[in-house]
Amino acid sequence: MSMNNQGRPTSAGETGTAAAHPTFTGNKALQIEEALIFEIGRPEVSGVDIPAPKKVKARIGKLARNEAIGLPGLTEPEVMRHYVRLSQKNYGIDTGLFPLGSCTMKHNARLNEKMARLPGFGDVHPLQPASTVQGALKLIDTLAHYLKELTGMPAVAMSPKAGAHGELCGMMAIKAALEAKGEGHRKIVLVPESAHGTNPATAALIGFEVRSVPANADGTVHVSDVKAALGPDVAAIMLTNPNTCGIFEKEIVEIAAAIHKAGAYFYCDGANFNAIVGKARPGDLGVDAMHINLHKTFSTPHGGGGPGSGPVVLSERLAAFVPYPFIRVGKGYALVEEGGKLDKGEQPFGRMSAFHGQMGMFVRALAYMLSHGADGMRLASEDAVLNANYIRASLADLMSLPFGNQPCMHEALFDDDWLKNTGVSTLDFAKAMIDEGYHPMTMYFPLVVHGAMLIEPTESESKASLDLFIAALRDLAFAAKRGDVDRFKGAPYHAPRRRLDETRAARTPILRWTPPEPFKEAAE
Amino acid sequence: MRYLPLTPQDRTDMLAKIGVAAVDDLFANVPKSKLLKGPVNLPHAKGELEVERILGAMAAENISASEVPFFVGAGAYKHHVPASVDHLIQRSEFLTSYTPYQPEIAQGTLQYLFEFQTQVALLTGMEVANASMYDGSTGAAEAVLMAHRVTKRRKAILAGNLHPHYRDTIETLSRMASDEVVSLAPNPNDAGADLKAVAAAIDAETSCIVIQTPDVFGNLHDLTAIAKKAQDAGALLIAVVTEVVSLGAVTPPGAMGADIVVAEGQSIGVGLSFGGPYVGLFATKQKYVRQMPGRLCGETVDAEGRRGFVLTLSTREQHIRREKATSNICTNSGLMCLAFTIHMSLLGESGLRRLAAVNHANACDLADRLADVDGVTVLNKSFFNEFAIRVPGDAAKIVEKMAKNGVLAGVPAARLWPKHKALKDVILVANTEVNTDDDRAAFVAALGASI
Repeated sequence: MSMNNQGRPTSAGETGTAAAHPTFTGNKALQIEEALIFEIGRPEVSGVDIPAPKKVKARIGKLARNEAIGLPGLTEPEVMRHYVRLSQKNYGIDTGLFPLGSCTMKHNARLNEKMARLPGFGDVHPLQPASTVQGALKLIDTLAHYLKELTGMPAVAMSPKAGAHGELCGMMAIKAALEAKGEGHRKIVLVPESAHGTNPATAALIGFEVRSVPANADGTVHVSDVKAALGPDVAAIMLTNPNTCGIFEKEIVEIAAAIHKAGAYFYCDGANFNAIVGKARPGDLGVDAMHINLHKTFSTPHGGGGPGSGPVVLSERLAAFVPYPFIRVGKGYALVEEGGKLDKGEQPFGRMSAFHGQMGMFVRALAYMLSHGADGMRLASEDAVLNANYIRASLADLMSLPFGNQPCMHEALFDDDWLKNTGVSTLDFAKAMIDEGYHPMTMYFPLVVHGAMLIEPTESESKASLDLFIAALRDLAFAAKRGDVDRFKGAPYHAPRRRLDETRAARTPILRWTPPEPFKEAAE
Repeated sequence: MRYLPLTPQDRTDMLAKIGVAAVDDLFANVPKSKLLKGPVNLPHAKGELEVERILGAMAAENISASEVPFFVGAGAYKHHVPASVDHLIQRSEFLTSYTPYQPEIAQGTLQYLFEFQTQVALLTGMEVANASMYDGSTGAAEAVLMAHRVTKRRKAILAGNLHPHYRDTIETLSRMASDEVVSLAPNPNDAGADLKAVAAAIDAETSCIVIQTPDVFGNLHDLTAIAKKAQDAGALLIAVVTEVVSLGAVTPPGAMGADIVVAEGQSIGVGLSFGGPYVGLFATKQKYVRQMPGRLCGETVDAEGRRGFVLTLSTREQHIRREKATSNICTNSGLMCLAFTIHMSLLGESGLRRLAAVNHANACDLADRLADVDGVTVLNKSFFNEFAIRVPGDAAKIVEKMAKNGVLAGVPAARLWPKHKALKDVILVANTEVNTDDDRAAFVAALGASI
């Protein structure tokens, strides 16, 4: 063994397996077990120093809160350590490749964070006089212009707070338009079986009835099936394009024409817009309404499940129904709210939420758009599609493609046919990817494909990163095929937690911390 | 392009591997006539510095809350957020992660959601809370739908002193869902009358009553009696709180019998940001948990018996239940929950109580100063950190004039109730820990000069 002159060993020494060396704390070096704030904090401690209040005559009367609340307090060093440790149990885009299909986990530029925190955006109140927020209104209007230009649509409702909220806004606009025409009897919304769950949920929320349209063997919706489902009671179709199988609907123009001919509207789920930004415009394809997930396509961070932002672009046929509030440009920027003077034809259908939408996300999205420019956004879509196809082409010999080896858009969809008789399921395969340092792809969605694995690499990956990912997946695929079941069934072995018991969580839900029962005296 | 790692050579090599000649071959499904030949009509790519210049110029056209004496509230409040909060929420592993669908590598998110749910339940005095809604207003609309599911009735009664944006959000969704809403008229002068009007409106069809406290004019309400009245009639009480700091000083709706509490959580940890993103708090009784909208995080164990957390009861949700889901919500306010829970952990019970006490004392001080201004009346008998004043003249014009004099004075009621002439001379004034004695003196001087 080599040593330095103090006798300190400098070689790696003897090896052993981690499992044979459990630790006292349960910690594994940098991976530290962390208690809940309720187990660390104390009610009398605070990490915020606040001067004593003035002495005044209180106006709370009998409604003063006298009972203990039960909230723990932590000092700043304790808070920092707690949340840094928690963060280290999370996988993010900055950790590694995050191929979650349909979610567009692309790079989140820090410039965008910086811009959103400029006091002129981050520290202005939604109800300040309009004269004091001209720049904020200009930003929203500029973003609206970009969205309209990129989609080829004449109008956009900016206030929806996420994709599903945008869907709701779009479907409300359709409902308002139908009612304005005296066609409120149209109650049916056509939804392909491959749709996101939010589509039928949204339609049902405002009283539409959902009618399924079958998916076909090639993964697309056929105009003939749409025509067969159309009738005088049909209000709209909700179609995702590119669809959830990662395929551009090649009969989309014909589908749009058939829908319009039947007096119905075409709602497009824009979750997959990232494939076609700068390449094709929904407005040119006959779409009437489409939400845009700024937190997907335009890179506002997902933040562990939000906040999102879901502006909805609207066609000429729906433009009049944009909800409150909206911006009107004249001498300056004015915000039209309830009671404001409406121009001829404007028929806002109501309000989606308090205030004016997700400003913080607007700033980030516009920073993304300005940075990329028209050329960069087009290139980003091409690279997103190229990366997905590269993965498809590099795995097609080992993993099965439900719709044949045809080009995909920005995500590649595999099924579990190739895992038949291996004893390994899609879930097992996904969990083994965790051990290899990857976030799993979207699994078991879309529902029309058995054991679906939907891989969306996005344009943010280098070729070297893709090559390593492909090599890891190929190694896993070979392992599955040669029967190395243990590598999958127990996976993940190396994550902060092994597989979690979801059945137990749902059967006896524990949704909050409660203080432990005091130990009962044995002599009781 | 600094965000796109592929080189031209990479692209060539990759196309060769795929077996196509050009990238447009991958877009073959797009009808030829619809495939754009070149970039759309927008400016081309820019460097960081240029983007900062453009956006910096837009930002500079706004007056930010920290620049001037600032008293604007009505559903969004200027509070001080400790520096550590914004640092922590920008940790990559929080900022750039997704909804925790793979719990083995998302325990960070899941554990803070569990902590958040517990804090919200404690704060509101309720048994359970979900992992957030988009904001208070959308949470309120979802609460009404939930009440309809629970009671199997379809009529909501909205108190007149509910924030008009909340009212409009509920009305819009309800109208689209063909549910009935009775919206009562605002009553700034007599807060007790507002509750009496709600009580009188309850009937056998009523699914829920929606009451805000502190209400939009700042009045505090004891909901105990009306909760009982609603429940005796088979209806639920939905309590709305738009200023959660108040819960550090005021009896929470849960202790007064509320069935559902929805709140805007922006005051804790989240900046003003011109109205969003914010964070909706949603809490209810254990017995209604399966009718709740939104994500829920629950405790469980992993394969080695260690405590861990997962999203649970997802059979309520759209990705499983589709058209039979309790809500269409998917993305919520994850990162804002984190900001909330960090700030709340820093405050703790003692800090929250102190913060609330300072807010209240500052507001009392301002109210007393304003009551001494000629022609100005403070309308509230009770309030937390916001109250309504009546001014001699057009409130919107006075607020605009004061803004020109460098004081952002509050929200003219006419902005929220454009059709109520009786509210033309009313201003909603908020006062938090950020306001100093100098700010309050400036307010009084500017108001005096503007009426």
